[in-house]
Amino acid sequence: MTEGLVVRGLSKRFGGLVVSDGLDFDLPPGARKALIGPNGAGKSTFANLVTGIHAPSSGSIRFDGADISDMDETARVRLGIAKTFQITTLFTGLTVRENLRLAVLERERRGFRLFCRADGDPEVEAEIAALMDQLALEPLADRVVERLAYGQQRLVELAMTLALKPRVLILDEPAAGVPGSETHLITDAIEALPADLAVLIIEHDMELVFRVARSIVVLVAGRILTEGTPAQIASDPQVRELYLGGAHG
Amino acid sequence: MKRALPFILLLAGTAAMYLLMPYNLAFATRILVMGIFVLSIDLVLGFAGIATLGQAAMYGAGAYAAALFAAHAWAEPVAGLAVGAAAGAVVALLSGLVLMRASGLTLIMLTIAVAALLAETANRARDLTGGADGLRVAFGPVLGLWEFDFIGQTGFCYAAAVGACVLGLLALVARSPFGLSLRGLQSSPARMAAIGAPVYPRRVAAYTLGGAIAGIAGALSAQVAGLVSLETFSFTLSAEALVMLILGGTGRLWGALLGTVLFMFAHHYAAAADPFNWLFAIGALVMVVVFVLPGGLLSLPGALKGGRHD
Ligand SMILES: Nc1ncnc2c1ncn2[C@@H]1O[C@H](COP(=O)(O)OP(=O)(O)OP(=O)(O)O)[C@@H](O)[C@H]1O
Ligand SMILES: [Mg+2]
Repeated sequence: MTEGLVVRGLSKRFGGLVVSDGLDFDLPPGARKALIGPNGAGKSTFANLVTGIHAPSSGSIRFDGADISDMDETARVRLGIAKTFQITTLFTGLTVRENLRLAVLERERRGFRLFCRADGDPEVEAEIAALMDQLALEPLADRVVERLAYGQQRLVELAMTLALKPRVLILDEPAAGVPGSETHLITDAIEALPADLAVLIIEHDMELVFRVARSIVVLVAGRILTEGTPAQIASDPQVRELYLGGAHG
Repeated sequence: MKRALPFILLLAGTAAMYLLMPYNLAFATRILVMGIFVLSIDLVLGFAGIATLGQAAMYGAGAYAAALFAAHAWAEPVAGLAVGAAAGAVVALLSGLVLMRASGLTLIMLTIAVAALLAETANRARDLTGGADGLRVAFGPVLGLWEFDFIGQTGFCYAAAVGACVLGLLALVARSPFGLSLRGLQSSPARMAAIGAPVYPRRVAAYTLGGAIAGIAGALSAQVAGLVSLETFSFTLSAEALVMLILGGTGRLWGALLGTVLFMFAHHYAAAADPFNWLFAIGALVMVVVFVLPGGLLSLPGALKGGRHD
């Protein structure tokens, strides 16, 4: 089995607050892992450490054998590590189509081209159309993103990241804010991903987690509490207490 | 047809200026030069979202470079424009390598500082630049064919031709992948990084291209007036150009041009009517536009039709 993403002893402190505390984590190609845990456990911070938005306080991140701990975010994305944001982060003044076009053009490293039309490549346009089709975004193609409903923006957020054709895909609460009638678009999209793609999904929606994940990591207060198959996690007394105990909060 | 309309209007407007103001071609030419300068700010601020109040640094650099080149090397104006563009690009690149790491208020202060620094350098280098007296230079005929005449006909036509080239170039850039990425930078640098775009190099590139165009505007101003002064580096110039851009509408090439024309005429006639209080007229105009039409005058048709901004 090839190596994929290997995280060792990863820690992050914000001032005095230890948000990630010596995390060991593997995400080989083809993985379908979920990262769950209560609010403030450090899930998003972990994702931000892996994608290079935050620099770790200590520990290492390797990808396919190479140490990427010191690489900036752009370089890591170009290696194929991409994530969706928990808080939708899009080009709000541009249309859905323009958002996706920008992502595809950057993936193809064409962002410095001056003397051709951004919308002039039929292959790129076809790819954008296929992505929009997959997430039922076609009717919204030429709408400005800031005018879309929040759930629709979440779908654009996912489409943007898929447009990068990543090798490691981290989804930070992709379904939060998406109406129940549209969550299937997200599950379908995840299930349709290439088999060798490594996927890490951070999610509070347990139904979605149990549907897509083959293994689950539970993070509490910056530490990994336990890791196991969905069945193991569902019957784990510690996890049950954590979730059922706090289910009303 | 709808796409061609602005071009037809622009052509008609330019021709009208030429025909209706035969004894005021110097003023008409100044509008053209300012239009190019405001376009350069539009690229940097309106497209890429780089906040600046110091674009005059590159305008002044272009003006002095063109004048010195003409005085000491070759007096042909088109070559001088190339030198001016190069000077503007170099100043923008060198300062941009530092400035493009900054953002917000820090960035604005730094852009002002660069322009002030260059103004002071030009002031000190009296032997070369003439210091506060400015530098008077005779330019040769354009492409060796058209002499600058004292009514300013050559100057006007030359400026109009340069303006058309710059506008054409920017129209290409605006539609290109690079242009789209600049709008992305303005909208969300975080998302740009997340799609793997090199944010800092892209900002430096945008600033440098804007600097080259400001350099062209500066060189042109020197050539049509036969004079360069320290004013070319002034804060007032940067600030007024920014007001023109906001008046017309940022992020759109036609907005930059519309704002320039409007401001220049308002300035011209308000200043003639009341030399002491004309600034109030300009101030009132800006406030009305900013409050009523935050997207600038160019958003007026859209606002009337029912609020689609693009
Ligand atoms: N940039 C930051 N500076 C300071 N503290 C931060 C920063 N980012 C996160 N934190 C803190 O780190 C802790 C973990 O935050 P994080 O967003 O990683 O949690 P999470 O597990 O994603 O929670 P949620 O389920 O609510 O999204 C929180 O206490 C948060 O306040
Ligand atoms: Mg989170």
